[in-house]
Amino acid sequence: MKFIYQTWWKVIAVLMVLSTFITGLLFKVPRLQIIHETIRNLYFHVPMWMGMLTVFVVSVYFSIKYLSSGKEEHDLAAVECVNTGLLFYSLGLLTGMLWAKYTWGEFWSGDPKQNSAAIAFLLYCAYIVLRNSIDEEQKRAKISAIYNIFAFPIMIVLIFILPRMTDSLHPGSGGNPAFGKYDLDNGMKIAFYPALLGWSFIALWIATLRYRIRLVENKKNDN
Amino acid sequence: MTINMKKLIFSLLLLMSCTAVMAQQAQQVEMADALRSSGKIYVVILTIVIIFAGLALYLFSMDRRLKKIEKEK
Repeated sequence: MKFIYQTWWKVIAVLMVLSTFITGLLFKVPRLQIIHETIRNLYFHVPMWMGMLTVFVVSVYFSIKYLSSGKEEHDLAAVECVNTGLLFYSLGLLTGMLWAKYTWGEFWSGDPKQNSAAIAFLLYCAYIVLRNSIDEEQKRAKISAIYNIFAFPIMIVLIFILPRMTDSLHPGSGGNPAFGKYDLDNGMKIAFYPALLGWSFIALWIATLRYRIRLVENKKNDN
Repeated sequence: MTINMKKLIFSLLLLMSCTAVMAQQAQQVEMADALRSSGKIYVVILTIVIIFAGLALYLFSMDRRLKKIEKEK
């Protein structure tokens, strides 16, 4: 776990995100009807989901680790990853709503993508509620680890699979091309990939900070 | 700074310096060309960069403070 105390990857993550502010706002993007300049949101809205996914995957990893090792730190790491994931989840939902307002017409139009994203959000809120409802520490850790492992694939299906099988306004759904088509034609990759990577590591960084604070608090309570 | 890190930063700078060459589409779609040509888009970029740099520095300072507390234990 030395990795989380090192600085180099944090610097690289910050530099990557900083570079996307410049490349993402200045470089040419495809001229598309309705979307216009908002296509640049691709560099900022999508990375929020990427960041969320990264910490949720790490959280599942630590939940599995907790079940096999029974170490309290693994449980704490899993919780703080979910907490950070929920922050990025909210940012993704809010930026998506704003983007939807100016391209689809409404903040919330009941689109399958939006609805299932909202359901999956509640799924993870239930994880927090479940944790807080159990007083006994080991029981809480075990039950929430199992819940977390099951919640993750359901979230993936809700957000990334089901909306793509029906008609949705969101790119990548129901014969609606994803933006990937345009990235390949144009220089959008230069901003898009560093944004995905950079924001993923920023999310991971925030999760490690929360985890370290948790550890210190935990030690204090034990004394 | 390790050599690895220098390499990474260098390749990042390279990335930032290449410009995308693209063919103009015939279709006329309203874009913020005027803003960009008058140069004022740079103001927005600077604002975002300042905000994000501030937040990043804030995160770094939290990291440092935490390190101190962790050492005390």
